[in-house]
Amino acid sequence: MADATLVEAIDLALARAMQEDARVLVLGEDVGRDGGVFRATDGLLARFGPGRVLDTPLAEGAIAGLSVGLAAQGFRPVAEIQFMGFAYATIDQMLNHAARLRTRTRGRLSCPMVLRTPCGGGVHAPEHHSESGEACFTNIPGLRIVVPSSPRRGYGLLLAAIRDPDPVLFLEPTRLYRAMREPVSDDGTALPLDQCAILREGGDVALVGWGAVVREMLAAAQQLAEEGVAAEVIDVATLVPLDAASILASVGTTGRCVICHEAPLTAGFGAEIAAQLAGPGLLSLLAPVERVTGWDVVMPLPRLERHDMPSVARIVAAARRSLRHG
Amino acid sequence: MRVIGCLPQRSVIWRMSTSRVAEFSIALTRYLDGNGAATGPLPGFAAAPADLLPLYRGMLRTRSFDAKAVALQRTGRLGTFASSLGQEAVGVGAASAMAAEDVLLPSFRDQAAQLWRGVTPLELLLYWGGDERGSDFAGPREDFPICVPVASHVPHAAGVALAMKLRGEARAALCLIGDGATSKGDFYEALNIAGVWRLPLVVVVANNQWAISVPRAAQSAGETLAQKAIAAGVPGEQVDGNDVIAVRDGVARALERARSGGGASLIEALTYRLTDHTTADDARRYRDDAEVTPHWHGEPVARLRQYLVANGVWSREDEEHALAGAAGEIEQAAQAFLATGPQPLSAMFDHLFARLPASLRSQRDAALGGEADNG
Ligand SMILES: Cc1ncc(C[n+]2csc(CCOP(=O)(O)OP(=O)(O)O)c2C)c(N)n1
Ligand SMILES: [Mg+2]
Repeated sequence: MADATLVEAIDLALARAMQEDARVLVLGEDVGRDGGVFRATDGLLARFGPGRVLDTPLAEGAIAGLSVGLAAQGFRPVAEIQFMGFAYATIDQMLNHAARLRTRTRGRLSCPMVLRTPCGGGVHAPEHHSESGEACFTNIPGLRIVVPSSPRRGYGLLLAAIRDPDPVLFLEPTRLYRAMREPVSDDGTALPLDQCAILREGGDVALVGWGAVVREMLAAAQQLAEEGVAAEVIDVATLVPLDAASILASVGTTGRCVICHEAPLTAGFGAEIAAQLAGPGLLSLLAPVERVTGWDVVMPLPRLERHDMPSVARIVAAARRSLRHG
Repeated sequence: MRVIGCLPQRSVIWRMSTSRVAEFSIALTRYLDGNGAATGPLPGFAAAPADLLPLYRGMLRTRSFDAKAVALQRTGRLGTFASSLGQEAVGVGAASAMAAEDVLLPSFRDQAAQLWRGVTPLELLLYWGGDERGSDFAGPREDFPICVPVASHVPHAAGVALAMKLRGEARAALCLIGDGATSKGDFYEALNIAGVWRLPLVVVVANNQWAISVPRAAQSAGETLAQKAIAAGVPGEQVDGNDVIAVRDGVARALERARSGGGASLIEALTYRLTDHTTADDARRYRDDAEVTPHWHGEPVARLRQYLVANGVWSREDEEHALAGAAGEIEQAAQAFLATGPQPLSAMFDHLFARLPASLRSQRDAALGGEADNG
């Protein structure tokens, strides 16, 4: 079992999927000879050839739209959008077509495509390269949204996304691409979609989030443990469809919840989780639900960006506030 | 001028008659050859060789800026940066054809045009150093900030041009894009509207033959990018983008047409990206030195220098003096950039709306309240 970074794990999963299923194609800008601007498709062109790894012209709407056509024809396109800031141009295709092709045709046609894109801040990237835009997609019925939080989870979740019979938006936290290595066994084993992962157990307070911020949640849990507080860390992993049951079960025990995400507060996906807690979870709550998120501001350029990102300190402070109740 | 291609004659079978629906040729303008020798009479603005000195200095200044910005990035003091090495004539030629009251809508590699328009080296360094104040230009107040999402500013340029037309002004909008950008729907949509409404818009494509790793031939099956204008019903032409005289001449003619009610134009400037796509790119992954090296011949700065020297208006001493002057100005800007402290944290909130809504005031206070005790 070799150690891999997230970006290497993505590459491994793509190669594995292409090897096991001839219907899998990779397409996007610079995914061929260059191996992708982050190298997530490194080596695929050499190994699988230009019939399966397609460098497209610069046209995000067409990349998503082509994938819809390919998928309806029985291929399994895995399209790369270079940065999430350029994925907004795909919303028309994802919302009006990819996500509803099955419904519109009552199952005659379907859309087993994956749209991969890096997301999130913290790497001092240029303008439009650091946004967390997941909530722009979570309100699209029929679209599955998956976010890994580590190399191993990236490998397993991407395989699952590619094998899934419906469209998936797969968000890869840029900040995690090379932040850590962990053993990844390239054995073709997928991780389950539509399920939260409990990364650390604890009975005092639940920390709920996804993607890169899971690292800060784990660090906060460690810090809280030193104060004698047992925090449970829940990686949501699939935002839509949401595994609310796991979150409700955890908060059923702790009665306290801190929701964390990099995206802005208002109508961020944390609001949906908070609504679940205010509904079926209400009677188990011992404290108001806390949200530690980006502010409702335009993502700042690198010099101010860290002030717009959830920090360990903010997560710990929110947990402490929650614990002061009742 | 040369004829690049002719659309094959289209035959429409209709009661045995044939109607020719379209044919075209694409003109290519070049005044200086690759060795800096004039290929014929020069346009009026270039009649006296000394009149070209400001253009030359503008290109040197840009090259000096690019070198400094790359050096700052390599030493961890600037963010990702896109050098314009080898393409300086496109920006200087286009911007020098503009009137002050025209509006520039640049992409991310257009520092040559921005510097000519009066954006300062300090402002550009602030922007690429991750500080929004770099887009608050003190000079050209109506010029747009740098556009990063490729081609998404071409519709803005059409909107700016429409505003000018609605007010009956003799002004024009000039939009700079790359070859890759001509594959985006935004480009086609904007050019189409500009054609229908005869908008005072000039779109200049810096065709540097690459869009990151994707070569020009993989971007479009068309023989030229200029011919994309034809479907929109606007004039399209090519200029030698490494010949600053040709660029300025072509853009000046298009701007004149735009300002006098003649509508939009598309100009494809043929140039070459001599360096990596950005400081985050390693071009050796997808192109050999052998492909790049020949393009150093005829690059825009050397080309004009050869012309100026041959015509007796430029000497080795002039060159040394000019280089030192440019480097000095840029170095001073770099020092000022490095000495600029960060904006206050509240700046994230202060420019979101004309007046900060109450709900955001509490977020701002929380953010200002320190990291440890805000939610
Ligand atoms: C809409 C969009 N997609 C992708 C990118 C990432 N990207 C930045 S520059 C670039 C290539 C642009 O090529 P071209 O238009 O030829 O301009 P050049 O970089 O050569 O100046 C790409 C794909 C982007 N900035 N915007
Ligand atoms: Mg280009």
